[in-house]
Amino acid sequence: MTTNTANSAHQEQHGMSDAGYIRIAIILATITGLEVSTYYVDFGVLFLPALLIMMAIKFVMVVSYFMHLKFDNKIFSFLFYAGLILAIGVYAAFLATFKFFIQ
Amino acid sequence: MTDVAHGHASSTGISNVKLGMWAFLGSECLLFGGLISTYMLYRGRVAGGPRPSQVFDIPFTSVSSFVLLMSSLTMVLAVSAAHKDDDRKTNLWLTVTALLGATFVGGQVYEFTAFYKEGLGFSTSLFGSSFYTLTGFHGVHVTVGIIMLMSLVGILKRSSVPGKKAEVVEMIGLYWHFVDIVWIIIFTLVYLIPV
Repeated sequence: MTTNTANSAHQEQHGMSDAGYIRIAIILATITGLEVSTYYVDFGVLFLPALLIMMAIKFVMVVSYFMHLKFDNKIFSFLFYAGLILAIGVYAAFLATFKFFIQ
Repeated sequence: MTDVAHGHASSTGISNVKLGMWAFLGSECLLFGGLISTYMLYRGRVAGGPRPSQVFDIPFTSVSSFVLLMSSLTMVLAVSAAHKDDDRKTNLWLTVTALLGATFVGGQVYEFTAFYKEGLGFSTSLFGSSFYTLTGFHGVHVTVGIIMLMSLVGILKRSSVPGKKAEVVEMIGLYWHFVDIVWIIIFTLVYLIPV
């Protein structure tokens, strides 16, 4: 009974149970399997967009659920995503300077 | 309740330690962003050395990626156990996470050795330099994570954790998950997208 109370209090605080984490891990493993399959199966023009979308989904799932960003204070999300967006912007500009996107 | 409960609450009601860790991880995005961009720029500059497709072993790296991904699951289970004050499970999952991390680093050492034998040294080409710098930096981060995990297991066994125990486990967990998300990007951009 005490353990159940502690478990539900923990779930309330962090939004997920251990079973929930395992479900997330199964989804992540499945997406990884699909990513690897693109190396062997010809996806044509969908190859690059599919790979980048799957990468983004895995990234957001780990950050949101395993790192609890979805359930935590929004300031943490701001700090992390500000760094991430700044990095993407700066380095996209850097790569554009070297004509990386028109090669 | 949510943030203050984690200790070291500031006037904003947010844990200073957690705030510092997220700011640190935000800055790490810039570090790895620079390394990944440099690799993307130079990955085709092989200068007569082996090309990425000639040295990469996708099945092997896929297994390594899966191992690191599963270490994120064991880490989050350790954090969950720490919040429930279950010391036995916390130690167990932290140890399993460290072992999975060590397996990943071992795989990376094997991979580097195989690449070197195939003629890809650090100074062979711009591709080699940028590849070893990027994946080497990541490997060092994983190694630092393993040291932190094993230190934490030792500290927990002596019950001498400074501050709130669950918060300490959670902070190391955040660092570990970050290392995992960086690998999610590296695996796709470096290994799966051909030059």
